[in-house]
Amino acid sequence: MAGKIDPMHQFLVEPMFGTENWSIAGYNIAFTNSALFMVVTLLLMWIFMLGGMKGQLVPGRWQAAVEGFTGFISDMMDTNIGPKGKAFTPYVFSLFMFILIANMVGMFPLGIVPGLHAFTVTSHLTVTGVLAIVSFSIVLIVGFLKHGLHFFSLFVPHGTPLPMIPLIFLIELFSFLIRPFSLGLRLFVAMTAGHILMKVLAGFVVNGFNAGPGIALIVSVPSFILMIGISALELLVCAIQAYVFALLTSLYLNDAINLH
Amino acid sequence: MDPAAAKLLGAGLAAIGVGLAALGVGNVFGSFLQGALRNPGAADGQQGRLFIGFAAAELLGLLAFVVAMILLFVA
Repeated sequence: MAGKIDPMHQFLVEPMFGTENWSIAGYNIAFTNSALFMVVTLLLMWIFMLGGMKGQLVPGRWQAAVEGFTGFISDMMDTNIGPKGKAFTPYVFSLFMFILIANMVGMFPLGIVPGLHAFTVTSHLTVTGVLAIVSFSIVLIVGFLKHGLHFFSLFVPHGTPLPMIPLIFLIELFSFLIRPFSLGLRLFVAMTAGHILMKVLAGFVVNGFNAGPGIALIVSVPSFILMIGISALELLVCAIQAYVFALLTSLYLNDAINLH
Repeated sequence: MDPAAAKLLGAGLAAIGVGLAALGVGNVFGSFLQGALRNPGAADGQQGRLFIGFAAAELLGLLAFVVAMILLFVA
């Protein structure tokens, strides 16, 4: 088979700019393509926010765009948590913007320039897992600081019959403890699955064209048209997954702040 | 059975779960639309719940995908 196309190769984390031997205390700290794209994401986010934080009375286009995002998140925090949620709006906003821009940058067709490869930061469980653990830690810290040991009443809903309490407590505790996993896993798998699908279809296109004009017409052209549609769908998924991550974080914060 | 063949079969069977999650996600959005068309005024307030339901339904399909990937690349 001429030039097998490996759809998993895009997720390879590689050291860049000759930093593969950098280490601190025996741990390798090479500057990888993952780190590079995180920096790119942060830079884009910084530029986007800086351009819109003019604070003009009549917002221009850029400021209106930034205000759209901030208003969206602060509305979400308001409906889900209430006035006490204002303190956490900056965190959820940063989370939302980072995930959104990282997802979008990963979809950017850098591959048409030879030698460059877009890397999706959020397609790695290490990254999304850390984001999820940060969210979960904030929930735990806020919950225990605000309510002390009373926080455990979260695991016993109101009006539970007495004999059911041990069972319900275990189930609720389990569903609470599994939250960081489901939060991190959802984003990671959604991005990974989308990118694998795109690369598999891209492999069909390339291999079809290599196999001759007849097969190119039957296989490559429909695959390419499908890819365009899937790309649009993936952009939607990028936005939805960022929104879902922020939404679930705000819901978990609501549990910790208001203790239903 | 050859273990490699069993792995591939298992990964293929796990793909059924992804298809079933498609039913779930379709059900979430379909039911939302049904309700939203009956009472469009209340629809905007329920978008958060719509996406919570979507996220919960989608997660189970994604777990099936993870099982397939583990069978193919890890196990």
